[in-house]
Amino acid sequence: MKFTEEHEWLRVEGDVVVVGVTAHAAEQLGDVVFVELPEVDTEVSKDDEVCVIESVKAASDILAPLDGEIVEVNEALVDEPGKVNEDPIGDAWFFKMKAADLSQMDDYMDEAAYNDFIG
Amino acid sequence: MAETGDLEHTPLFDLHVELGAKMVPFAGYSMPVQYPLGVMKEHLHCRGQAGLFDVSHMGQVILRGESYDAVANAFEQLVPMDVVGLDADKQRYGFFTNDEGGIEDDLMFANRGDHLFVVVNAACKEADIARMKAALEPAVTVEVVTDRALIALQGPAAEAALARLHPFVANMTFMDVVTANLLDAECWISRSGYTGEDGFEISVPSDMAEALCRALLEMVEVEPIGLGARDSLRLEAGLCLYGNDIDATTNPVEAGLTWAMQKVRRAGGDREGGFPGAPHIFSALAEGVAQKRVGFLPQGRAPMRAGTPIFASQEGGEQIGSVTSGGFGPSVNGPVAMGYVGSIHAATGTELYGEVRGKRMPLTVAKLPLIPANFKR
Repeated sequence: MKFTEEHEWLRVEGDVVVVGVTAHAAEQLGDVVFVELPEVDTEVSKDDEVCVIESVKAASDILAPLDGEIVEVNEALVDEPGKVNEDPIGDAWFFKMKAADLSQMDDYMDEAAYNDFIG
Repeated sequence: MAETGDLEHTPLFDLHVELGAKMVPFAGYSMPVQYPLGVMKEHLHCRGQAGLFDVSHMGQVILRGESYDAVANAFEQLVPMDVVGLDADKQRYGFFTNDEGGIEDDLMFANRGDHLFVVVNAACKEADIARMKAALEPAVTVEVVTDRALIALQGPAAEAALARLHPFVANMTFMDVVTANLLDAECWISRSGYTGEDGFEISVPSDMAEALCRALLEMVEVEPIGLGARDSLRLEAGLCLYGNDIDATTNPVEAGLTWAMQKVRRAGGDREGGFPGAPHIFSALAEGVAQKRVGFLPQGRAPMRAGTPIFASQEGGEQIGSVTSGGFGPSVNGPVAMGYVGSIHAATGTELYGEVRGKRMPLTVAKLPLIPANFKR
């Protein structure tokens, strides 16, 4: 599993990368009340805003961590956005993407480095 | 609100930290925005049981003169309310107006028999105190209370909880005010609040505030509630946040606050006018207003936050209004908002559109409050 400075996690499953937000991010956001997901089959570039996540406090974006194509989104989050707080690194994944270049993953932190990053 | 200088602490600061609150700057004070329970659960707990709020950052002011009537007559020069006719041991909502008929701050005032007790917003209190001193002294003395905390206990179980400390509070009804000892401390208790729920606001000597809060928090019904849930509670209850929903440019008639201006102070009343901006307010009452404050229920799940522009149609057309407060309403279990729209669009049930991230999303104009009020009348 890899982690971005934007508090996203990336997990490789076969030929797709699953993306979600970290427990730290979920805690900072507070109770999540709304999630807007990208359309399946959308071509994205790294750092494109692909999801909107709104908590009781504020709105924030999730950026595409890699170049590639969105191949699946977690529709369950639309009806139950609270899952992001309950199980951020399990049930509450946001989307799966097919990466154009998996070596972009190398830029990201491993778990130990991420834990240091969030202090 | 961004603050660069040192933040003030209320007498309950140490308790907030001990309870695990996330502290944020608010109107010059370090205040709890949420406790470990989180905004959503705090909100629902307050509506279901009882919530304890620290509102000590608000300004508490005592106005004294020859008699209550003398003070009330003087205070009526600043507010379009019936102060003189307020019964002893009763409280009322009001606001200071300016020469243009705008709202300088909203407040609560109470007839305490021989004096008037006023509670004003934290962000405005210095200006409010200066305004009162300039207008009322020397006939009336303006005494700022600096040795008391102010707490609110709100929710359907508030009466049962507070009655354990003093059974008399169960006899109070909405807007009653009494002096009573809680834990041997002289407290000034009103049956009021800003959540849409039944409850009490308690002015307590600073050195007894923590003990009183601990006694309440030991009770199974009571949880501490931060500013985050205070905001969503008052928004669902349709109550204005000064600076967001009303400000120095807002005519109270537009804001839907006509009910707060008793007839005796309006055109044709026995004590008509005599407050700043009266002609502007009277003409708004007589001729109507171009825009009105209303509730909005977005039809989707996306919150529409303050600043969201409102349109009459899904495409094209001029902006007809905007959201002044908006977010998620845990008791409504969906997004809630309030704001202003042109009066022709203000009827309950009107379908309008709020533009969120460039997309116009449908909403329904809704009657305020967005949840039924639960006061003990």
